[in-house]
Amino acid sequence: MREDDARLMTGNEACAEAALVAGMRFFAGYPITPSSEIAECLARRLPQEGGTFIQMEDELASMAAIIGASLTGVKSMTATSGPGFSLMQENIGYASMAEVPCVIVNVQRGGPSTGLPTLPSQSDVMQARWGTHGDHPVIVVAPSTVRETYDWTIKAFNFAERFRVPVVVLLDEIVAHVNEKIIVPTRGEFEVIDRDRTTQDPKDYLPYALTDSDIPPFADFGSGYRYNVTGLSHDETGFPANDPKKVDLLHRRLNRKIERYRNEIVHYKTELLEDADIVVVAYGSTARSAYRAVRNARALGLKVGIFKMFVLWPFPYQELDKLARRVEKFIVPEMNLGQIAHEVTCAAKHEVAQVNRIDGGLITPDEILEAIKNVSV
Amino acid sequence: MFPYEKYLRRNKFPHIWCTGCGCGIVLKALLRAIEKSKIAKDDIALVSGIGCSSRTPGYVDFNTLHTTHGRAIAFATGLKLAKKELNVIVVTGDGDATAIGGNHFIHAARRNLDMTVVIYNNYIYGMTGGQASPTTPAGKKGSTAPYGNIEPAFDVSALAIAAGASFVARSTCYHAVQLDKYIHKGLLKKGFSVIEAMTPCPTYYARPNRLGNVVDMMHWYKENSIPVEIARKVSEQEKKEKITIGILHDAERPEYCEEYQKLSARIMKTDNK
Repeated sequence: MREDDARLMTGNEACAEAALVAGMRFFAGYPITPSSEIAECLARRLPQEGGTFIQMEDELASMAAIIGASLTGVKSMTATSGPGFSLMQENIGYASMAEVPCVIVNVQRGGPSTGLPTLPSQSDVMQARWGTHGDHPVIVVAPSTVRETYDWTIKAFNFAERFRVPVVVLLDEIVAHVNEKIIVPTRGEFEVIDRDRTTQDPKDYLPYALTDSDIPPFADFGSGYRYNVTGLSHDETGFPANDPKKVDLLHRRLNRKIERYRNEIVHYKTELLEDADIVVVAYGSTARSAYRAVRNARALGLKVGIFKMFVLWPFPYQELDKLARRVEKFIVPEMNLGQIAHEVTCAAKHEVAQVNRIDGGLITPDEILEAIKNVSV
Repeated sequence: MFPYEKYLRRNKFPHIWCTGCGCGIVLKALLRAIEKSKIAKDDIALVSGIGCSSRTPGYVDFNTLHTTHGRAIAFATGLKLAKKELNVIVVTGDGDATAIGGNHFIHAARRNLDMTVVIYNNYIYGMTGGQASPTTPAGKKGSTAPYGNIEPAFDVSALAIAAGASFVARSTCYHAVQLDKYIHKGLLKKGFSVIEAMTPCPTYYARPNRLGNVVDMMHWYKENSIPVEIARKVSEQEKKEKITIGILHDAERPEYCEEYQKLSARIMKTDNK
């Protein structure tokens, strides 16, 4: 990492560039504020890299197209914002069910409905987890800075490939549009993972084989393995099945494959927690204000620390439960009405203080500091 | 005897289609067209949405993709662009392609993306129990149109031509020989090809509309279809409520994958300067 590799970039640009570095060569999308710069950047960059960019007719089609492309073995991605993310839910469920690796970037804006197109929000946390119908596995990452956006976009592709799941990169308008200096990491500084591919004879290949890892090896469409893919409940062969035993086996495996590897996925950073009796739990752009608030509170002699999340789902229940045994007071600032606060409450098993804004304004360090002062008395 | 066995996944039979359903006739026409085209099984991706016709991929030995309702063409777009050497065929129904999937259908036609779309048009939603579809003729009954349909119907082929498809043909399950001829032409055509196959649904369309059994429906197709060459010469009145069959449209237009490859070559060359 060298200072002369420093560049000025927005989160949206960092996301697009990192996706290319991760090996993404297919993008399908539909214009929507505040995510459009990702599509614009890739419309310019993908033909240069021998990849494919296509602007589809809507978000339903964008999500469908990236699944189609990924089935041929090409790393694929789309980018959108709240209203478009709602439309993508149908086929996000398909990607979960058919175990097709892909990355969906959602630059959050105020909702519901058309809401606040140009202003920040963090109100899609639950849509990212539960937006599509049915019990399904999902991984959601939420960076706070331009550099984190770069790193976690690469990691999002790695998770998608490793676990054969759709992965959501949950940005917010601030992270997406802020221009920051970043030192772009060199190729040796990060890992790039490709999906595990079968080496079996096509005659013996079972596309949804039950394996020790719970993650079936992949075969690229059109590579000599003629198999069936469906959104219906299916058995190891990939053909529809409604035998209760087979259905149960499939759905428990789909969910287990994230649960059992949660320690590889869950990621957070703590600071100043050793002597703390107050902890601020934060993510996304709100974490930036939280850091400043914590420093200012420390300057006033208040014993406060921070628990900053990089991965929202799977949620760090166990880690927060452990923390709650020695720290009593939790504060959760977020640009919604308490979507993560609710989960922190579940983990800590008691009420937590909240700082919420849903007016399109960002949460300031002073607002969080005020909450710290309130709980400390 | 035509070697259907070569293409079938025998252990997936019996199929789910009703007695007298036209889906099997279209499937056989599709297999005859594929055999004639000499395209290898490994190089074919057969994509479908949801509905009776969309169950076709499960029975045949290709790379098969059974997707969500209406989205088959959008999935197929990703497959084709990411692997241009694949021959992509979409099998879909009137509801799947022109109601829930109407937007994808017209835009793929507009782009003129190289794929062959076979639309099984039976005038009804069969899988869900006989609800009216965008092609149910005005006045006809469906379970959601118990007093007769008050909506005018889509002409699927006219829609495809207007949206920009390169090749558009229509046949019926009575005219099965023409059907595989048109599908074959569609497979060879570079661009977006649409073959509209009129298929009988004796269970959910004929019964509520008192159109008799499947033999009666086949007779109806025979008596009420007119070749496009004749249709062009007769008055609107004479072809009212008739089905025009034949190659309705065959044009040369720039194909999307080729245009993209040209663009990509130009950009990569510029960058290397």
